[in-house]
Amino acid sequence: MEKLVSYKEMAPGGIVVNPGNSLEYKTGDWKVLIPVINQETCTRCRICWYVCPDNAIVELDKEYTTKKNRKYKVSYDVNADFCKGCGMCAQECPVKAIEMVPVEVA
Amino acid sequence: MLEEAKRAIPLSTNHAIAYAVKDLDVDVISAYPITPQTTVVEKISEFIAKGELDAEYIHVESEHSALSAAISASLTGARAFTATASQGFALMHEMLHIASGLRAPLVMSVAMRSLSAPISIWNDQSDLFNARDAGWIIIFAHTAQEAYDTIIQSYKIAEDHNVLLPVMVGYDGYVMSHTIEPVIIEDKEKVMKFAPKVQYPFKLDPDKPVSIGSITPPEYYYEFKYQQVQAINGSLPTIEKVDEDFGKTFGRNYGLMECYMCEDADSLIMANASYASTLKAFLPEIRKQGLNVGLLRLRVYRPFPLQKFVEYTSDKKNLLVIDRAISYGAPYQGPLANEISGAMVKEGLKLNLISVVAGIGQRTVEFEDFLALARLAHEGRRHEETIFYGVRE
Amino acid sequence: MSQNKVLRIKSLYDIPREELFISGHGLCPGCTAGTIMRMLTKVTGKDTIIVNATGCVEVSTTRYPYSNWLVPWLHSAFENSGASASGIAAAIKAMKRKGLMDKNKDVKVVVVAGDGGTVDIGLQSLSGMLERRDPVMYVLYDNEAYMNTGIQRSGSTPHGAWTTTTPAGKVWRGEWRDKKDIAGIAAAHHIPYVATANPAYPMDMINKFARGLEVLNEGPSFIQVLMACTTGWRFDPALGITISRLATETGIFPIYEIDHGNFRVTFPVMKRKPVKEYLKLQGRFAHLTDEEINEIQKLVDQKVEMINKMAGKTVIGPVA
Repeated sequence: MEKLVSYKEMAPGGIVVNPGNSLEYKTGDWKVLIPVINQETCTRCRICWYVCPDNAIVELDKEYTTKKNRKYKVSYDVNADFCKGCGMCAQECPVKAIEMVPVEVA
Repeated sequence: MLEEAKRAIPLSTNHAIAYAVKDLDVDVISAYPITPQTTVVEKISEFIAKGELDAEYIHVESEHSALSAAISASLTGARAFTATASQGFALMHEMLHIASGLRAPLVMSVAMRSLSAPISIWNDQSDLFNARDAGWIIIFAHTAQEAYDTIIQSYKIAEDHNVLLPVMVGYDGYVMSHTIEPVIIEDKEKVMKFAPKVQYPFKLDPDKPVSIGSITPPEYYYEFKYQQVQAINGSLPTIEKVDEDFGKTFGRNYGLMECYMCEDADSLIMANASYASTLKAFLPEIRKQGLNVGLLRLRVYRPFPLQKFVEYTSDKKNLLVIDRAISYGAPYQGPLANEISGAMVKEGLKLNLISVVAGIGQRTVEFEDFLALARLAHEGRRHEETIFYGVRE
Repeated sequence: MSQNKVLRIKSLYDIPREELFISGHGLCPGCTAGTIMRMLTKVTGKDTIIVNATGCVEVSTTRYPYSNWLVPWLHSAFENSGASASGIAAAIKAMKRKGLMDKNKDVKVVVVAGDGGTVDIGLQSLSGMLERRDPVMYVLYDNEAYMNTGIQRSGSTPHGAWTTTTPAGKVWRGEWRDKKDIAGIAAAHHIPYVATANPAYPMDMINKFARGLEVLNEGPSFIQVLMACTTGWRFDPALGITISRLATETGIFPIYEIDHGNFRVTFPVMKRKPVKEYLKLQGRFAHLTDEEINEIQKLVDQKVEMINKMAGKTVIGPVA
């Protein structure tokens, strides 16, 4: 268990002086399902990245060439540390390139 | 003294406060009218309209919003002010705790007035005493001059990074707010030199983002409340020092608590604001009647200057505490008397405490009444219950 | 007054990648408020101060010691966001004029508040802020009930909806009054810009945020964003955007703007879907009989008629 600091070491008023520290608060363990993105069928339309409430669909500058030789400059990946498994990405994917699978299986 | 008197101009306490706000170059004023405070914010608007004060004036739609806007303005780094009384003060109540909890260094003047119902626009101190546990520094002024001076002192106290607490300055509605007294208005540059602006250290600034007003779980909340305890208790030396420095700069200072004609007195009457100034005028005559009574004037109320209190009362026999608010159903029904009885136990003082409630809804207390109260103090009988002075049985 | 270039997008690819509302918040899985806040902060950019009313977004994003806002953020109370924002805007104006703050820095003040904090308890301070024409963009995320306290009805709860204070039984059949027209109330203040938006229409929503910021040198803007709530509306968390889309496709939540008094439906729906398609996906409407659904259909038909009247032509067609 983490040691909690004395009142003397806390900025007054409940003020968070280092916002962005929420990255320490991993919400990924909330999920039972996790999206798996099929890089072959994904058209890089960006909708999954747009809808994700948790910024857990990550857009990477990672080139990808499909088997049919279609070249993409970006790839989408899932940040399992924060994905809560809601499935909105899979639901909204226009080409059904995202599948929600049980966490244990993934 | 004569030279000093020549510098004075006739002002009500309300207007004296408006002058202080002008001389402090306050940046944001949020204002909503309520009797008897209103002429403070009217006068400030006049200063702005004439170009004598460069400030943003927010015509809010309620006192809740008045304090909300003053809080957010001060947390953005501006010097902010608002004023209130009575129902408006009560409407602010939620934000009083938020102002102190967020450590907003703003200043508010309170023209103390009774609370509804039944509605009364007249003076007592029910509004302010309702807010005594809201975590603000509370200072009572007993003259228009002291109100002007205390508003100046208050910003220097509030903005001190070791304090960071809101300050309210209380004075009596009508009896002071609308009564004209001679007031020395200081040179603006001198005032600003004495109380230069010190911005909130965690201000809302895109270059250094902070999140203010988080939700704190049980493992943190208590520590923030304890920080407030430390801050307000720790502010006492700052308040004292600011007052002393004010005296060195402007030739007037007031102390944390004032004992007037009390060194040779056996009995003291504890009073604040207008009752203190009235008693100061009446005491020589009261003494002539053979009543060996002095005045203990409550000035700084939060934090309570306990050591000063002990110093002034430890050799006295009787202490009559006048409350102008009612703590319904409490052991003593005057809120201040309750606290004093606690202080006496804590410090082992053997005073005969007499609790008196008077002046409710501005029921007039005249010379004969003060004389009667002085007699009660002087007689030194034990009164187990609070005396509701002047009520028709 | 200096005005920085405001983001305008033509496609999803124009949305900046940089996040100012980052991961690690406690909103429910599938909460569309997360989507809305991410996009809002992308439009506002970092030179923005957010004022957040008490509510879901507030409690979920700044649970001490954490915060996922990379822009300065203030929460002080539930009912005072309008006044709080005014205080900040006034402070900025005064401090710039008096040389206490960089004159050339265009810092925007944006309110984020739920429907309870806006249409009910915060209406007074909102009205004050709008009436004074303070330069603030007010964004209402409307999830149509007090979700944070456990799904109690608000003035924004729609007809027929079950909530924990309008339960469905033999006597009560869910909420029996109509949703308050808050955008209409905002518009009655004759502010430069009022809009309704829906995260199922990203370009439309994002450009409305942009327009809302653009007009701030003239006065405030008010944007009501529909926020489908998986927990309170009782639907599969994957369906937030799908249901949001249906709200507009059925005419239940038309998306429009009132730009300097000019009313325009920004997503005309010529062939309207029946309301049943929207209602049937949500547990909050599960108790409704066909007859009750028909009543809601009639209410929506009336609302559509009013919208068409305001538009001066048919922009939302009949149920196809």
